[in-house]
Amino acid sequence: MRFVISLLLIVILSLAAGIWLPFWSVALVAFAVSALIPQAPGLSLICGFLAVFLTWAGLAFFLDHANHHLLGNRISQLFFKAESPLLLVALTGFVGGVIGGLSALSGSFVHKPAAKRQAEL
Amino acid sequence: MRLWPFVASTLITGVLVVALDTSFKPLPALGPFFDPQTGFWQNAEAGDMSYTMDLRFQELAGPVKVCLDDKLIPHIFAQNDRDAYFAQGYVQARFRLWQMDLQTRYAAGRLSELVGRYSGGHDLLNVVDRSFRRLGMVYAAEQAVKGMEADPATKAELDAYTEGVNAYIATLTQATLPLEYKLLDYQPEQWTNLKTALLLKYMSFNLAGGEEDFPMTNARNFFSPSDFNLLYPGTQDSIDPIVPVGTQLYGKNDTPGIKLKIPAHLDSGYLMTKFGPLAAAGQPGVWQGAAAAIPDPDNGSNNWAVSGAKTRSGWPILCNDPHLGLNLPSVWYEMQIQTPDMNVYGVALPGAPGIIIGFNDSCAFGFTNAERDVRDYYQVEFKDYTRKEYKFNGDWLPTTFRIEDIKVKGEPDFYDTVAYTVWGPVMYEPAYPDPLRSGGFYAVRWTAHDVSNELLAFNQLDHAHNYNDYLAAIRNLQTPGQNCVFASRDGDIAIWDQGSFPAKWKRQGDFVMPGTDSAFAWQGMVPQAENPHMINPARGFVSSANQVPVDPKAYPYYLGRHYPPYRGMEINRRLAAMSDITPADMMALQVDNYDLFAEMARPIFLKYIDTASMEPDERSYYDQVRDWDLRNDPKEKAPSVFHTWWDMLKSNIVSDELSQSPLPLPEVYDGSLLEALLRDSSYKFVDDIHTPQTETLRQEVNLAWKKIYPTLEQDDTNNTLTWATFKDTHVDHLMRIPALGDLHLPIGGGTYSINAARSDHGPSWRMVVELGAPIKAFGIYPGGQSGNPGSRYYDDLVQDWAHGLYDTLWVMQPGDAKDPRVQWTMNFSKP
Repeated sequence: MRFVISLLLIVILSLAAGIWLPFWSVALVAFAVSALIPQAPGLSLICGFLAVFLTWAGLAFFLDHANHHLLGNRISQLFFKAESPLLLVALTGFVGGVIGGLSALSGSFVHKPAAKRQAEL
Repeated sequence: MRLWPFVASTLITGVLVVALDTSFKPLPALGPFFDPQTGFWQNAEAGDMSYTMDLRFQELAGPVKVCLDDKLIPHIFAQNDRDAYFAQGYVQARFRLWQMDLQTRYAAGRLSELVGRYSGGHDLLNVVDRSFRRLGMVYAAEQAVKGMEADPATKAELDAYTEGVNAYIATLTQATLPLEYKLLDYQPEQWTNLKTALLLKYMSFNLAGGEEDFPMTNARNFFSPSDFNLLYPGTQDSIDPIVPVGTQLYGKNDTPGIKLKIPAHLDSGYLMTKFGPLAAAGQPGVWQGAAAAIPDPDNGSNNWAVSGAKTRSGWPILCNDPHLGLNLPSVWYEMQIQTPDMNVYGVALPGAPGIIIGFNDSCAFGFTNAERDVRDYYQVEFKDYTRKEYKFNGDWLPTTFRIEDIKVKGEPDFYDTVAYTVWGPVMYEPAYPDPLRSGGFYAVRWTAHDVSNELLAFNQLDHAHNYNDYLAAIRNLQTPGQNCVFASRDGDIAIWDQGSFPAKWKRQGDFVMPGTDSAFAWQGMVPQAENPHMINPARGFVSSANQVPVDPKAYPYYLGRHYPPYRGMEINRRLAAMSDITPADMMALQVDNYDLFAEMARPIFLKYIDTASMEPDERSYYDQVRDWDLRNDPKEKAPSVFHTWWDMLKSNIVSDELSQSPLPLPEVYDGSLLEALLRDSSYKFVDDIHTPQTETLRQEVNLAWKKIYPTLEQDDTNNTLTWATFKDTHVDHLMRIPALGDLHLPIGGGTYSINAARSDHGPSWRMVVELGAPIKAFGIYPGGQSGNPGSRYYDDLVQDWAHGLYDTLWVMQPGDAKDPRVQWTMNFSKP
């Protein structure tokens, strides 16, 4: 449940932050969400990666589709020497995902490990 | 908190973010570039994107409606000219801002500011930026601003345009920045009147910046006078000038307006004697400082107008196709502007107000390049190394200095101090060597440095009603000199070879001239009335295709030597034979692939080739040339075989002599060599100087064939021998990014065809206008209205252009707002 809530929060907040802030705002969002909603570091990493990957790749996929792949074809030529808009969408998601995943991981270390917390209780 | 994992992961995240925010050339910074909310994906325009919007600007006097049609061509309707130019600036910036900005920064010598000193192995600072700065491009633009702003009407036009461009720039966000800014990672800057002037000077450079003074000087020093004249004759045998041979040019006592004084001792002092340190020319090297300062010598064009007597409708028809480098975004932007004072349709230059080539309700106008040499070099003698004084007419005159501050990305600024003399800027000096590396100081005298107001010429043409308006308008056109063709609904057709042309004596300015006294200076500009022209000739048409404007023997001033003859001869031959002409006939003529040069050159091959010793396969290639219909059609193989054969023959004949000089020599024109061979088959240079025996033309023709045959066979196996594939015409992106260009176009033609489509150069706008009631006009250009590679209007016209198709040009009326062709409307108004 935490995973799903975190994921949705990161998606929504990074879209909102992106309206005013540059690309690194997703790092702040993923960090903050992960710091506020404790999860195991591994889960946080996956959650942050997945959330931003889905946000960026999803938005790119939507824009690419509406554009009938015109620009996707050209830019993928530039990066892969081949026309593959889908690969470009995936790369977009990956770039965002790595930022999201790593910053979420960083945020997760703000907490003590779950086992430790339990022990203290 | 788990401190160490936290610190470690935060650090890694931080480093990653910084790395993604940094550009590693040639890649842009990946973070901002891929961010789908602000990066390149935002430039992917939706197929159903709407351009309709309401815009409010304080600068406007009244409402302006801009209707965008189904090709994204804007039709501007304004209550006054000023508002129209404001809207033109806004709309051009909306669709072409990056191109406008880049072209003007390029012309201003600011490339290293954008991309750093080196790019793709090129030393941009020395080869491009310093070259343009030292040529005085920014100085020339500043002079142009003076000339343009001195005229209140032009100033108002410029100011309104600049305000319009800046009004659009003010709306930009990171997301809406044109793609190339994101790719190259820089920001747009404010538009200024100076930037428009820079664009116009860039066109002047392209069209009136051509010269071969240093290579010609080397050739004169290197060859004997008779050899020099054989290789580089000043005139051609067969000419078909714009004003036909034998035409009475002027009244008996009207010319020449300038009686030229030939400098004393010209023969020994200039023409054939080696003078100055050029004789002791330096060593060959890798220095290419001069390379960027020479425009493409094939920048040319076709235009013609036929009178109503020769057309089916009885109305005149005007045609124009300017030949320029083929680029995306295109050099042209198509539009209509209607105000109470004008209703003009045609192509504009993104970066300048008004329509450059087009038509209005009364008349049509078009241009080809005049090809005159208006850029000469003078050797300057400084008193000492400070360059503060130079010798002129026996006195020491003070130099003025202009400091060029060249910003270099990632490095300190580079300051270039350029000395200005009575001639102009000292472009070459030991610290910036000339193409011959002579170690001398050379000032450039160029008409583009003179104060002028070319914008007024186009403004007045856009408003012209008749021949007299046209004549008054083109008098403002000083540089670049153009052959201005005209036709009106009154039935007039005319052509003027118009510009500010120095009145020269024979061979003046072909070589570097001594600059220590005024004897070698230009003695004035040819009086405008003496510029070659023709009005309503009995033959029923006027035409030009960069050929010599007038019979050099009948003209009192020297015209130079760079005039390609073949397209002009073919156009005249075809027009003379035509009658009952329709616009469709004219379109067919513009895209005609017939090769007149091949017609004249092929007999040499057929005469001397030895077919007996050929293999059957080899023979089949030869037969294709023999049976060729002389059309450079895209699917034919014969044009590839013929042109390869000719190039090899030419190389065999002249390269042994030319390669003797380690320094640059001028190109030997195809036409010069062909005429020499037709005149005399034992032409001196046919002999290969590296062999003991004397070769004959027969041997050279066969030798050339044996050399090319294996490569032809190879090309054929690779399916690259058909002409379109072989020639490989492409429309490159301005930054030469292959992914953003349109490659491998199925188009025929070539250098010597009316359809002058070469690999990266060709008809940049084809226009046919029948001046009837109503006016019928047709046109197309190799590009698209949007400069955004993510728009479907980026290159949507390219394939039709390649296939020789035309669009009907729609002169919209204000009442047509409901017409289905109107897709979107931008409503401008006062707040």
